[in-house]
Amino acid sequence: MPIEIDIAKVARLARLALSAEELARYGSQLEDILEHAERVSALPTEGVPPTSHPLPMTNAFRADEIRPSLDREEVLEQAPARQGEYFRVPRILGET
Amino acid sequence: MSDLADLSIAEARDGLRKGDFSAVDLTNAAIYRAAVTESHLHAYLTLDQEGARDAARKADADLADGVDHGPLQGIPLAVKDNMTTRGIETTAGSKILSGYVPPYNATIIDKLHDGGAVLMGKTNLDEFAMGSSTENSAFGPTRNPWNTDRVPGGSSGGSAAAVSVGSAFGAFGSDTGGSIRQPASLCGLVGVKPTYGLVSRYGLIAFASSLDQIGPFARSVRDAATLLESVAGFDIRDATSYRGERPAISSHLDAGVKGMKIGIVAELTGEGIDAEVNDACRAMYNKLSDAGAELVEMSLPATEYALSAYYLIAPAEASANLARFDGVRYGLRVDGETTEDMMSKTRAEGFGPEVIRRILLGTYALSAGYYDAFYGQAQKVRTLLRNDFASAYEKVDALVSPTSPTTAFAIGEKTADPLSMYLSDVCTIASNLGGDPSGSVPIGLDGDGLPIGFQVMAPALHEAQLFRLAAEVERLAGFDARPALATSEVKPA
Repeated sequence: MPIEIDIAKVARLARLALSAEELARYGSQLEDILEHAERVSALPTEGVPPTSHPLPMTNAFRADEIRPSLDREEVLEQAPARQGEYFRVPRILGET
Repeated sequence: MSDLADLSIAEARDGLRKGDFSAVDLTNAAIYRAAVTESHLHAYLTLDQEGARDAARKADADLADGVDHGPLQGIPLAVKDNMTTRGIETTAGSKILSGYVPPYNATIIDKLHDGGAVLMGKTNLDEFAMGSSTENSAFGPTRNPWNTDRVPGGSSGGSAAAVSVGSAFGAFGSDTGGSIRQPASLCGLVGVKPTYGLVSRYGLIAFASSLDQIGPFARSVRDAATLLESVAGFDIRDATSYRGERPAISSHLDAGVKGMKIGIVAELTGEGIDAEVNDACRAMYNKLSDAGAELVEMSLPATEYALSAYYLIAPAEASANLARFDGVRYGLRVDGETTEDMMSKTRAEGFGPEVIRRILLGTYALSAGYYDAFYGQAQKVRTLLRNDFASAYEKVDALVSPTSPTTAFAIGEKTADPLSMYLSDVCTIASNLGGDPSGSVPIGLDGDGLPIGFQVMAPALHEAQLFRLAAEVERLAGFDARPALATSEVKPA
């Protein structure tokens, strides 16, 4: 079954600023890959529970103890832009 | 010509304690080997000669003081560049992390330091471990030491190439769909993906969290067991770390396979597998049978769907994990008018094509309206696959197959067709989806002189069985070939 993807929408959801040419290329590659992946639909899975994880585990608890965290200065040194003790970003809201 | 760089970890460990040579001697031998081979291979992204020599001097001083940190003390090792190293650049093979110097060590790095190991450097990989050839590295490909026109496999191709030529005595990689076993196969090494949760993932830059597992590369099964034993164990900092007692690993290396029941996976034999690879594996099945194992062909029907399920599950998890690379806290930033604009430009510029492809694929598979058909269905197939393996392991102790459908392919051969590259992982993926341990052992060379790998698989936490079988395969194969580049006499390119 041919698959059609709204690739521009997917790229927007993934926060990827791609050109029209890139969108066309990735879109057609994804359609090929998904056609192969669609084979999974052929298997009868009624009543089969999904597996999200290989270990039969639920919550992992640890003691609530105070431990040293990463050095703030060392962490901020890796930031592309900072202002004092903060990460700095461009304005959040677009012009309306 | 043999020199120190060709010793096994076991031989190096014994020689150090007998005083035949020092850790500085071993480290210099590995550094020299890197100096003459790196221009041919590009196995390392960062070679930390100074740090390695410091660690070697410390290991020698401790040994002289009678302080024994265990079998890795003074042994030069390499780690894949997707494990964070405090103060040493860690890129995951991506432009988006170029220049990133982590403020913390991955647990495995702490464990290697505690064990007195010498960290040679950080090895090349497909960007964010996404690939099967190491061609997806933003910093250029690694080449196969057996034939530099070929790929070393991937994604842990740098670790494989380094161990293969002796610029490291052993190495660690990560395996999400075959990224340790397939390069081990293509480079003539032993490579093991342990049971999920056995080695802490803290500090491993996440690709697909329910599949990723760290494991060793070595030139012998015994060395691989030593490496794994040194880093396995519960870690409070990894919520998915296995909480029980660490299972035995090297306890049965000399036990042989007499009485062992071994299943040959029918779906991974024959069609789609290169004839020479198939023949070599068949010859090994016969040898195992002659050695006293009971071999039986078994069908695990869901295996045929493993690759399809994997290419929905892994990209889905990756699309979530890689959301953190947004130009705010570390790595690349491309300026934009608004924060969203900045993030979208940064990600488009910083990620390479394969990573973008998988983020798009995962985002699509998780998006409203398609979730049930793709991701949800793939998770159910994952259950079916686990059920197939569980019922197989009721009848047999271990399963076997080829590791890779082909030997090393040419650089550039599969880059234009993502799907053909994905098919390189067809034999290895099931163990990741199931969480079971699995390994590759070299069993011979094909007509072009390229290594052929044999895959061994065992139930979760049955590492002792896995290594028992691997050790016997190694003995029966008698594989002792080394690539021509594994010599200190080669001229740099």
